[in-house]
Amino acid sequence: MKIKRIVLLVFLYLLNCNYSYSIEPEIFVQSTVNRASKILSENISKEKKMDELKLIAKETVDIRGIGFYTLGPVRKVINNEQKKKYIVLFEKYFLKSFSSRLAEYTNPEIDVQSKEILSENYTIVNSILKGTAQRPEVKIDWRIYTKNSENPLIRDLIIEGLSLARTQKEEFSSILNSNDNDINALFRTLEEFSKN
Amino acid sequence: MIKKILIIIFTTYALTVNVIASDDGELTLKKNDPAIIEDCFENFNRATFKFNQALDGVIFQPIASVYRKLPSPAKAGVSNSLENISHLITIPNNLIQGDFKQAGINTGRFLVNTTIGVLGLFDVAQHLGLTGFEKEDYGQSLASLGVGPGCYVVLPILGPSTARDTVGSTLNFLGGDPWYNVTVRNDTQYFNEANYYSSKGVSGVDFRAKNYDSIENLEKNSLDFYASVKSLYLQDRQQKILNTKKIIETQDDSDWEEISQ
Repeated sequence: MKIKRIVLLVFLYLLNCNYSYSIEPEIFVQSTVNRASKILSENISKEKKMDELKLIAKETVDIRGIGFYTLGPVRKVINNEQKKKYIVLFEKYFLKSFSSRLAEYTNPEIDVQSKEILSENYTIVNSILKGTAQRPEVKIDWRIYTKNSENPLIRDLIIEGLSLARTQKEEFSSILNSNDNDINALFRTLEEFSKN
Repeated sequence: MIKKILIIIFTTYALTVNVIASDDGELTLKKNDPAIIEDCFENFNRATFKFNQALDGVIFQPIASVYRKLPSPAKAGVSNSLENISHLITIPNNLIQGDFKQAGINTGRFLVNTTIGVLGLFDVAQHLGLTGFEKEDYGQSLASLGVGPGCYVVLPILGPSTARDTVGSTLNFLGGDPWYNVTVRNDTQYFNEANYYSSKGVSGVDFRAKNYDSIENLEKNSLDFYASVKSLYLQDRQQKILNTKKIIETQDDSDWEEISQ
C-alpha cells in the first residue's frame, strides 16, 4: 500500500514537472564562442580543429534554414528530390567553408556585449572580436533563430554590418543566373568545392 | 582621352538609369538594395576584376604582407594620417548632406589633429571629445539627394563601384577634393603630385593590410569570389549611405520569415 502511494506520488510529481529550459540567446552565443575558442587555442592539427568545429556547427547552426535562405526564390520551384540532394550538398559545403574560415584564427577572443530582440523568432546578439597586432577589432552580430527557445540556432553572422548569409545567397544567385537557373549547375559547383 | 570617355559613359548611365526622387529613408534603402542593383556590364566587370586580382597579387598583396608586420604604433600613425586627409572630402559632404553638427566636429578634428597631432599622425582630437568620425564622399551625398546607384561597375585598379559612385569620385578631380586641389590641380609650393598619388597608394596598402586575412579567407572559401566581393561592397555602401550600423534597417527579414524548421 505504501509502495503504491509512493509510486503514485512520483508519477504525479513527474507529470507536474516542467522540463523546459529556455536558453537566453546571448548565453548561447557566448558558450558557443567559448567552445570554438577552446578548440582553436588547442595545440592540434588544422584538420582536427576543422573536424571539431564541424561538430559544434552541426549542433548550433541552422544549416538547413540557411541552405534554403541561400537558395533564394529557386527553392520554390525545385522538386523534393532536388531539395533533398541540395540539402546534403549544402551541408557538406557549409561545414567545410565554415570550419576552414574559422580554423585560420588562433585563440580569438569574442565578448558578447548586448542583444536586440527583433521578433518572437529572431534575436540579434552583438559581440566584439578583440583586435590584435595583425587586425583591428571586429564587430560581429549573430542572428539567432529563437522559435524553439530551448534550442536556439545561429542563422547568420553579420561582420561589421555585412551579412554572410546574404553574401552567400547572392553568390549562389550569381551561379544560377550564369547557368539559366539550372540547379544542376549549382550542384556541380557545390560538389567540386567539397571535393577540393 | 580614355578617362574622358569613361566619365561620359558613366555620367550618361547615372543620368539615364537613375531617377531623382525625394529623400525618403525607405526609398533610399530600397534603391540601394544590393539585390536589385544590376550588373549591366558583367563580362567587362569580371574581366576587370581578374585584372585587379592579378595586380593585387603582384603589387598590393606582397607590399601589404610586409606592411602588416610593422609595429602597431607605426601602422596606427599611417592610418591616422590617411584618415586626417580624408576629413577634407568628408567635411564638404557633411555640409551637402545637411549634417552641420558633424561638419563642425570634423573640422575641429582636422584642425586639432593637423596641428597638435603632428600632421594627423596622432588622433589627439578623440581625447578632446571630438569622436564619431565616419568617412563621407560625393557618391553618398548624391544618394542622400535621391540619386539611385545605377549599374554596378568594377573599375581598373580602383575596384568595385556603381555608376553613381563613379560620378561621385570624378567630382573629386573637378575641384571637390581639397587635397587633390593643393597637390595636383594647383601649383602650390608646399605639395606636389607625388604627395597625392603616394597617399592614395599607401591608402590602398593600408586597406589591404587591415583586411589581409579576411580577403585571403574569402577568396579561398568562395564559390564565386567576384559575386562575393560585389555583394559585400554593395552591402557596405548601403550602410554608409544610410549612415547606420543597424542591420535591421538594411536587411529584409521577409525572406527569413517563411523558412521555418
